[in-house]
Amino acid sequence: MTHLFAMPLNIRTYHELTEADRSGLADQIATQRRRVADRLAGVRRVVAVLSGKGGVGKSFVTAGLARELARSGRATGVLDADFNGPTIPALLSLPVARCTLHEDGIEPAVSVEGVRCFSMALLLEEGRPLAFRGPETEGHVWRETLEAATLREFLADVAWGALDELLVDLPPGVQRFQELVELLPAPPTVLAVTIPTPESRDAVRRALRAAAERKATLLGVVENMVGGPFAGSAADEIAAEFAIPVLARVPFHPGDGAWDHIISKLGSSL
Amino acid sequence: MKFLCVECDRQMQFEERRLPGDGTLAAAFRCPTCGRVVALLTNPMETQLVASLGVKIGGTTIAPQPLETVRGMVTTGRDDAFEDGKGETGKGKGSPPAWSPEAQERLARVPGFVRGMVRRIYLDYAKDRGIAEITPAVMDTARSELGLEGM
Repeated sequence: MTHLFAMPLNIRTYHELTEADRSGLADQIATQRRRVADRLAGVRRVVAVLSGKGGVGKSFVTAGLARELARSGRATGVLDADFNGPTIPALLSLPVARCTLHEDGIEPAVSVEGVRCFSMALLLEEGRPLAFRGPETEGHVWRETLEAATLREFLADVAWGALDELLVDLPPGVQRFQELVELLPAPPTVLAVTIPTPESRDAVRRALRAAAERKATLLGVVENMVGGPFAGSAADEIAAEFAIPVLARVPFHPGDGAWDHIISKLGSSL
Repeated sequence: MKFLCVECDRQMQFEERRLPGDGTLAAAFRCPTCGRVVALLTNPMETQLVASLGVKIGGTTIAPQPLETVRGMVTTGRDDAFEDGKGETGKGKGSPPAWSPEAQERLARVPGFVRGMVRRIYLDYAKDRGIAEITPAVMDTARSELGLEGM
C-alpha cells in the first residue's frame, strides 16, 4: 500500500517541452503542407465537386464540365480523389500510359481538350482494387491515413502548372472533403451535384452543411439525371436552403450540346 | 511524440532508428544530461500509422520523392506505371555510380511500381557519399541509414 503515499511525479506536459528535436515531426508535417501550397500557387481556384451521395454522377459532371471549360480556353485540371473507384480518365477518354516522373514532380495526363488529369486509375493494374502494404490486422487504423497521404501527394507532387480551375472529384461522403480542407492553404470552392430525389437532397444537404462549417464558398448545385426515372425537386430545395444558385440541370440523356449550355450558365460563377 | 527524462527534467534526444524488417520499428532516445537511453518499440500497426503520415521518427534524411508514399505503399500498382523523364539519373551532375551485377539483380526483384524510386534513392545516396559502385552491401547500409522499410 506504499503507493498511496508516494509523491506524484512532476512531469512536464508535451507543449512545455520546447527543445529542438531531430525528429521534428511537426516540422515534417509543416513541410508537407508547404509543398501543397507551393504546388498550388499557380492554381486560381480549387473546386471540390461533392454530393455526399454515391451514384449521382459527380464524376460524369466533373468530366463534362472540365472538358467544356478547357474547350472554352480555360486552363483546367481534374484531380480524381476517388481512389477506390476512379473513373475520370475513362470519362476524359485518356489512354492508360506511363506517367513521366521528374525530380520535382510527375506529369499529369492530358486529354484531347487539354484537361490535365491525375487519377489512381492511371497507376493501378487493370481490374485490381487499390491495396496497400501493411499489417493485415487493424487496417482501419491506418488505411484512411494512407488515403489522406495519397490525396496530399496528388496535390503536391503532380506538376499541375498554372490553372484557372482544379476540379477535385470527391468520393461519396464528406471524409475526403475534410481531408482536402485540412491540406489546402484556404478552403476550396464547392460545387454540389445531386439527382432530383429527396434521398439525394438529404445527403447533399448534410455534405453542404459540412462544407459551410469548414468555411468553404458554396458555388452552387448541379442537378443531374433530370427528366429520367428520378422524381423530386432536390436542386431547388437545396438552393433555397443554402441561398445558392442552381447552376445547371443536366438531362438524363444529355446529348452532345448539353455542356455548351451549362458552361454558359456557369461562366459567371467560375 | 516526445520523451522526457523525468529525473533530469530534460527532453530526450533522438539517437538511432532501426527497422528490423518485420514491420516493427525501434527508435532510441538519450537524455542529454544523464545519458540514459530509452527505446521506443512500435508494433506493425503503429509503425504503419507513422509511415502513413509520411513522416519519419528521427527526421528525414533524403529529399522527398514524387508520390513517395503512394509508390512505397500501393501493392496493386502497374509495373509500368512510371517512366523517368529525359536525363533523370539522380541528383547532381557528373556520371552516375555504377551498379554491380549483384545489386542490379537485387534491384530487379523490387516491384516495378516502386523500382524507379528505389533506384533513384540509392543513386542519390551513393552520389552524396562519393560511392563509385552500388553493391548489395551499399544497399544494406543505405536501407538502414535512410530507414527504407521494405526497399
